[in-house]
Amino acid sequence: MYTPALLELIKRVEATRQERLHQEFPLLSAEDKQTLLEGYHPDYKSEIFRELRVGPSKGQRTPMVYADVLEAYSAIDPAKFDLSKVDYDVDVLVVGGGGAGASAALVANEAGASVLLVTKLRLGDSNTVMAQGGIQGADKANDSPSIHYLDVMGGGHYKNDPELVRALVMDAPDVLAWLERLGVMFDKEADGTMITIHGGGTSRKRMHAARDYTGGEIMKTLKDEVLNKEIPVVEFASVYELLTEGRKVTGAVLYNMETEEYEVVRAKTVILATGGGGRLHVMGFPTSNHYGATADGLVLGYRAGAPLLYMDTIQYHPTGAAYPEQILGQLVTEKVRSIGGQITNIDGDRFVYELETRDVEAAAIIRECSGRKKGIVTPSGQDAVWLDTPIIETKLGEGAIKARVPAMYRQYQRFGIDMAEHPILIYPTQHYQNGGLKINEACETKVKNLYAAGEVSGGVHGTNRLMGNSLLDVVVFGKRAGEAAAERAREIKRPGKLSLKHLDAFHAELKAARIRKKGLSPMLLPDYRREGATNRKVDALV
Amino acid sequence: MAEGMVTIYVMGKQYEVPSDLTIMKAMEYAGYRFVRGCGCRGAFCGACGTVYRTKDDYRLRVGLACQEMVQDGMYLTEIPFFPGNKANYDIDELEPTSETVLKLYPEVYRCLSCNTCTKACPQDIEVMEYIQAALRGDIAKAADLSFDCLLCGLCASRCPSEIVQYNVALLCRRLYASKIAPKAEHLAKRVKEVEKGKFDKDVEKLMKMKQKDIAGLYNNRDMEPRD
Repeated sequence: MYTPALLELIKRVEATRQERLHQEFPLLSAEDKQTLLEGYHPDYKSEIFRELRVGPSKGQRTPMVYADVLEAYSAIDPAKFDLSKVDYDVDVLVVGGGGAGASAALVANEAGASVLLVTKLRLGDSNTVMAQGGIQGADKANDSPSIHYLDVMGGGHYKNDPELVRALVMDAPDVLAWLERLGVMFDKEADGTMITIHGGGTSRKRMHAARDYTGGEIMKTLKDEVLNKEIPVVEFASVYELLTEGRKVTGAVLYNMETEEYEVVRAKTVILATGGGGRLHVMGFPTSNHYGATADGLVLGYRAGAPLLYMDTIQYHPTGAAYPEQILGQLVTEKVRSIGGQITNIDGDRFVYELETRDVEAAAIIRECSGRKKGIVTPSGQDAVWLDTPIIETKLGEGAIKARVPAMYRQYQRFGIDMAEHPILIYPTQHYQNGGLKINEACETKVKNLYAAGEVSGGVHGTNRLMGNSLLDVVVFGKRAGEAAAERAREIKRPGKLSLKHLDAFHAELKAARIRKKGLSPMLLPDYRREGATNRKVDALV
Repeated sequence: MAEGMVTIYVMGKQYEVPSDLTIMKAMEYAGYRFVRGCGCRGAFCGACGTVYRTKDDYRLRVGLACQEMVQDGMYLTEIPFFPGNKANYDIDELEPTSETVLKLYPEVYRCLSCNTCTKACPQDIEVMEYIQAALRGDIAKAADLSFDCLLCGLCASRCPSEIVQYNVALLCRRLYASKIAPKAEHLAKRVKEVEKGKFDKDVEKLMKMKQKDIAGLYNNRDMEPRD
């Protein structure tokens, strides 16, 4: 429900709507984009970063909150830890139950490997399930993988690993066909043609959607398939540490989130598909991410010796909900802009083309609020600008919003706001970790037998990911990781030794760098209890 | 009670919490730290299905803890897990018919048309309607009506016939999309073109380009019009 003051402000947006209806808004030049980013994008704020003091990427510029978990001690004391009882013995251990993990498990299983999938929440609980907008793939006559390639490289500021981008764009049609065959309900014309639209930074309409539950629909299908194939899954089980033998990974320590016991997994190969770290809240930004997005996989891989890439580039989704407070930070899908939604300031004036790449779009919104003072301040003090949604219905006809973005529509209805009638308030939200563990096109990290796929990896998207390339990423590289890990498992013998020597070495490095024990990591879950809620906590139940 | 606060009962236990919180945030305010019963925190994953009553009302109401606001006198519990039946199948071998649905989920026959499932759906889905559609073999309709399902399981938790509606819905959507919906022929064609190496040279050329040159191409690339 809007306050009377906000309803009054909405009149200014309504007043300019007709005029904006057919207004062409220019794209920014390369120079203007750079100036805007340097002035207003959080990645350029030096005070939120520090250089890593230990590990394989020592010296790399990293957001403080990430550096804190990467440079923390493990709860495990290797000297006292008993690994003699092996609870699971598998070819491929998949860590993470999102789109990448499920895809990897399916493909590895298909290739004949014995697979165990573990996830610290439920199978399917992930950022994949929340991805609304779409999945890219160059399958139309006016498009090609090379045009897709160019969009990805330009969007990523040419920092992308070319081999990974090739894998992404060349595998895309096959991945879409795989999902279609599995029974993902893509939006189609009556003749079967995929309905595709633009996303920020695309030069062709190649965004495929399943209404605005694209990730949810993909995830539900993959999850169903994992269960149908009877692939062993352990839920509410975190990997708390990897196990190694020399420079090779040989398994993992599992932590039962409920009984608090640990179990030992011996595995020929391990795939990290643990997603990102939105719940670390860089600069205190709200996040669109899942509850479990605490960067665990980065910590595990890093301690075992896998280098990181581009950790200093975080993606802020330009349109997070800024009002009402209850949904602060939750995503307003880019699709709302793809189908014609317009961004305006307090005066109802547009100030940026709606489909610039995400970093540019976010920086423009931050500038409009903090630089030009043309934003709106919500009753809780949050900066915001308008996303004019009723204009979508003016353009596409009544009912268009409910038909094209039903999840969004419902979300706002729950809080008494009809986005077909009134514009909504938005502000950038921490959305995606562009960087991560460095991989090659077979998803191998620098540590032998350790693979990574999806958001936990870095290099595919350079320093800025485009909409619709993340759902694509998780399936493309999830499948590749599953295939490569299964093949590797066929070639090698069952690991002989399970040890925590890498952790000993990492702890020694922390000590040498005079880093004190503060928090433990991996974090596993954020703590959102009221401040002070645990002041009087006692551990009485022993 | 302090201004702006309400009393809620989490599994029967009383807490005072600010009135402008969702159930999830109110429980965290009270001191609960979730392991189960919390997922995406944005109504996409169905981890936080919740049953509640309000003061002096016999009715059981449902919602998602991440979306539903607290009310004074609310008695609530999350149902973070429901032991629903799921059939195993090979989607490639199924026909999109009512026989398929009924063979895998014979309990669908037991639907009493009581509509309790529909009333229990936090997504406002016409659950009973899609179950009836599946029963008649109208797979397309069942798929369409059930599309927004989050698998939260609240429908199944209330069903007197012990039908697991959300799994029936998932089966119907997969049947519809893989067997009934027309195939994307342009996609199949593109897959073949990629396999034959049609784009290899173009992409390799781009891969070898210097940044300055590829940036030139990018900045001058032609854009398909938005509308």
